[in-house]
Amino acid sequence: MTTTVERPLEKIPVAGTSRRRPGRFRKHLWSYLFLIPMVLLFGGFTVWPMIASWWYSFFNWDGVGTPSDWVGLANFREVLGADSFWRAFWHSLVFSLAAIFVELPLALVLAILLNNSWLRFRNLYRLVLFLPVVATTAVIGIVIAILLDPAGGLVNRILLDTGLVDQPVNFLGSTSTALPTLLSIDVWKGFGITLIYWLAALQTVPKDLQEAAAIDGAGFWRALRFVTLPVVTPIAIVILLLVFQRSLNTFDLVRAVTEGGPDYATDVVPTYIYRYAFDPSLQAPRYGFASAAGVVFGLLTLVVTLLQAPFLRRRLGGGKA
Amino acid sequence: MNRLVLRRNIWHLLLIPLCLVWIYPFVWMVSAAFKTPREMLIGGLSLLPDEATLDNFARAWTTAKFSTYTANTITFSIAVVILVLLVASTAGYALARPGLPGKKVLVGVLIATMFVPHGYTIIPTFIVVNGLGLGNGLLGAALAQAGPALVVPVLLFMGFFSGIPKELEEAARMDGAGYLRTYWRVMLPLAKPVMGTVALMNFIGAWNAFFIPLVFTLGNPDLRTLGVGMYGFYGQDTTDWTGLAAAACISVVPIVVVFLFLQRTFVEGIAGAVKS
Repeated sequence: MTTTVERPLEKIPVAGTSRRRPGRFRKHLWSYLFLIPMVLLFGGFTVWPMIASWWYSFFNWDGVGTPSDWVGLANFREVLGADSFWRAFWHSLVFSLAAIFVELPLALVLAILLNNSWLRFRNLYRLVLFLPVVATTAVIGIVIAILLDPAGGLVNRILLDTGLVDQPVNFLGSTSTALPTLLSIDVWKGFGITLIYWLAALQTVPKDLQEAAAIDGAGFWRALRFVTLPVVTPIAIVILLLVFQRSLNTFDLVRAVTEGGPDYATDVVPTYIYRYAFDPSLQAPRYGFASAAGVVFGLLTLVVTLLQAPFLRRRLGGGKA
Repeated sequence: MNRLVLRRNIWHLLLIPLCLVWIYPFVWMVSAAFKTPREMLIGGLSLLPDEATLDNFARAWTTAKFSTYTANTITFSIAVVILVLLVASTAGYALARPGLPGKKVLVGVLIATMFVPHGYTIIPTFIVVNGLGLGNGLLGAALAQAGPALVVPVLLFMGFFSGIPKELEEAARMDGAGYLRTYWRVMLPLAKPVMGTVALMNFIGAWNAFFIPLVFTLGNPDLRTLGVGMYGFYGQDTTDWTGLAAAACISVVPIVVVFLFLQRTFVEGIAGAVKS
């Protein structure tokens, strides 16, 4: 990271004329001093880790001393050949698919509803829907796990009492229901943020444009289709990226509630990496392997993000046409 | 007109049940925290406890060490907020100086990292903090938490300082104030609204953080924050529901109260992130 600040500094003597050099540098000396803390903190804890992961991934390393046992691409071969990794990656992807195809549209519908000034108590509704966002994921996740407990948990008691099921459903303990259950909790937890994103986007639709549409006799659906959505689309892409990024990095909920189980049915890549690097039950951490898994995950994420780009552009063009 | 009013009010039939289900986990949490373990076992559906007790809170607070975890969480969150405020405001101020060479590169790197997945940075982060000798302290965890959280605050401060009229700064300089003094005495006080937003968002973010505090307290349970402590409590005893509910209240209620008082700032901060 230090390179990013050194580069502009070095550029000055090379690029500038000799007469202007010292003056220009001295003029900005204080500014560069002011940037040092940010460069150190951000460089040390964001940029450097991104680079170092690559370096570590070529070693067989348990974290003791400096990495010295160079293994080339062996870690990558192992990651790419491991079914457990691909399973975790698929689950991470499922989290983002749920966020994109369930949470995003539902939040838009509610945002359109709550954006109407005639709706009474709309601020209260917004507040309630936002509340899960401010609660610690790990904590509220455990509270919900208790509510879903098969032995006496509230949800199962209601299901049994009303006769909807004969036997208690082990929501988080069975391999078939654990992932959908976690997905639902995740949507519930993140919904409020996405709702606020959409409300912010809807506020950018100019009032006179809406009024003009109303005067022209456009009904609700036509106004939505030809006024609201075209204005909102560019912001929608930012929202999509933000939601995608957040959901792909799901860790807290899975680790706290199921630890990736039962039988790895809810394992996601961050919990996968955590298990190989930090799990206390591990005999020796495998930093090199875990780093390789992280690098592969980063690359795959990048690919998935880029794959969305042409699709989005087409949608954007189509929406405007 | 009446039909319109009816059609509009019909939405409440949908929204009220939705909201009740939505906040039910919170309501249950508070209710269960005051119930006796016996009442919980019998399993009445009533939300009002038969005989309210504070035993659960006492158990969570002392036996499960949530007093320590609360203190740790407050320390950790305040450290993160101070770090982010200081570092982001100085950097934002410097980046708002007109004609600063290298500004574009730096801002470009900042924005680019927003779109690179962070999931895989935890191992080197852990090693850097250990290398600094801060591996077993909350300061190390605070540094690791604050680093990646800097991008949006830096951009917010930069945007704000860029918008301040030049005359103000020139006037300060005429009065003999240097760079440092202008920043500290003139510009920073003007930036109070931005500071408020940044402080609140990072306070809530740090309070709710889990991954970083978890990794950095693995070797030292006395440094756990509330989220990690809850995870440890649940791992040890999955059946003490009333105790867990009380512990959850200790972690969640303070931050919800903070949010309720300052919700406007917080919501505007989130909305601002999208708009910019």
